[in-house]
Amino acid sequence: MLLQQILNGTVSGAIYALFALGFTLIFGVQKLLNLAHGAIFMAGAFIAYYATVQGLPFWFALLLATVSTGVISVIVDFVAFRQLRKAGHAEFAAIVTSIGVDLILMNIAQRVSNTKVLSFPFGTFPVKFYNILGLRTSLLQLTILGLVLVLVLALAYYINRTSFGRQVRAVSSNENASALLGISAPAVYRQTFFIAGALAGLAGVLIGLSFNSIHFMMGEPFLLQAFVVVVIGGLGSLQGAVIAAILIGIIQSLTIAYLSSELSTAIIFALLFVTLLFFPNGLFGRAGNYAGGSRR
Amino acid sequence: MLLDVRNIWVSYKGIQALRDVSLHVNKGEMVALVGSNGAGKSTLLNALSRAVTPQKGQVTFNGRDLGRLAAYQVARQGLLQVPEGRQVLADMSVWENLQLGMLAQGRRPAKYTLEQVYDIFPILQERATQIAGTLSGGQQQMLAIGRALMGAPDILLLDEPSLGLSPLMSDQVFDALIRLNRQGLTILLVEQNAFRALECTQRAYVLDRGKIVIEGASADLMQDQRVIESYLGS
Ligand SMILES: Nc1ncnc2c1ncn2[C@@H]1O[C@H](COP(=O)(O)OP(=O)(O)O)[C@@H](O)[C@H]1O
Ligand SMILES: [Mg+2]
Repeated sequence: MLLQQILNGTVSGAIYALFALGFTLIFGVQKLLNLAHGAIFMAGAFIAYYATVQGLPFWFALLLATVSTGVISVIVDFVAFRQLRKAGHAEFAAIVTSIGVDLILMNIAQRVSNTKVLSFPFGTFPVKFYNILGLRTSLLQLTILGLVLVLVLALAYYINRTSFGRQVRAVSSNENASALLGISAPAVYRQTFFIAGALAGLAGVLIGLSFNSIHFMMGEPFLLQAFVVVVIGGLGSLQGAVIAAILIGIIQSLTIAYLSSELSTAIIFALLFVTLLFFPNGLFGRAGNYAGGSRR
Repeated sequence: MLLDVRNIWVSYKGIQALRDVSLHVNKGEMVALVGSNGAGKSTLLNALSRAVTPQKGQVTFNGRDLGRLAAYQVARQGLLQVPEGRQVLADMSVWENLQLGMLAQGRRPAKYTLEQVYDIFPILQERATQIAGTLSGGQQQMLAIGRALMGAPDILLLDEPSLGLSPLMSDQVFDALIRLNRQGLTILLVEQNAFRALECTQRAYVLDRGKIVIEGASADLMQDQRVIESYLGS
């Protein structure tokens, strides 16, 4: 029973990680909070839903949602952040503009869905269960775990071992020095926003499928939770985000199983405060990762 | 003429940092730009690199007007700056810093291979896997120069490379710069230590409160009464 809850929690946590990774990636590079990230997550679920309903195969719907949300995210950067960056000191204004984009996307989704809760048609994803070492698991859970594992490893490789990843890290640690080296910050922004949006969109599809529920406000609780994940993990730290997300998934699942579902949010925030008490910069954060530390 | 700067004006919110500055650097030259603290030396290099946007004036490099290019595009043209305070990417390894330097090369042919940079600064090879932030100031300066060389510079702008270095270290850095210049690299050197700069360059400009006040052969400037009084004194 305990192990079962831990497994279920790990699967949810893995999806949270996809969401939080993009959020922290943008924060790490830009020192900006992208509050439209939740709406991009929601858009992923919507796009996959409507594609599936139109009769497209699910794998294609998933791919379409992932790529489209990547593109939407790049457009969000263009609309909400680009002008602010030029002016400098964009931290506060970016909160306002990204909330604006968030509301616009939610409004569109509300209109399109008539405020209804949607769910993927039965059989969109094969319903299969397995018993492994006494644990009950589904094909969907195994697929999610495998997919997230591959994506996290690919992202880690990309950031730590490729030329593009070096450019991302360079821009995030010293944008002015990077420009003098011939690194194009706009290109780095475009690529990080694409990756962040695509991961969020994919997370949206997986959540929509796991909970069998898609609605225009589904992104908001995840956005709030991503804040917690990112602060516990350490702002801008990718490994911190993954570990904190899975930790939160497990704690949530245990709370719901053994205490009560109402308490789960309170417990997660209590965890946040306790973590900050002992690790003021989060588990993997460094003081330099904080906003404004190295923008100029 | 490799670099031709005509009538550049720069202001920061209210402070006029450069007034009508003109200078030029010929291919193969090593030219000094000296002046006291706050004279506008860094501002001038940043205006050339387009890290700050001039209000007025024209910069022509390799026959091309740098006009509205962004800083990263200027670097890719082969105009590379080693900024004040070195600005190495502190949490990346020496090797990663050098790899990043290569981006400025773009589609132009390489000028210095990694092996050549290691030959010039052997310490960089020894410390290749070390995190740049843990190097000494002098080693960081060598890394910053080596990183710029990886970007195939047609001209290297150096902003106070000896700042904060021990005399021994700054000797090593200056020796390397002189050797690079002898091998054909064009250099514009900003220094507060005017004697040092005049000693190793062919021509020099003196910047005072945003204006070029004296220019000429470095050897002549060392004899110039105004220069001796203001910059070489005691
Ligand atoms: N980013 C900036 N914002 C406002 N003023 C600046 C900035 N950078 C330099 N200044 C001012 O411009 C003048 C020239 O500075 P600088 O180019 O750094 O001189 P130098 O490199 O010769 O010491 C100084 O008065 C300095 O205070
Ligand atoms: Mg200076």
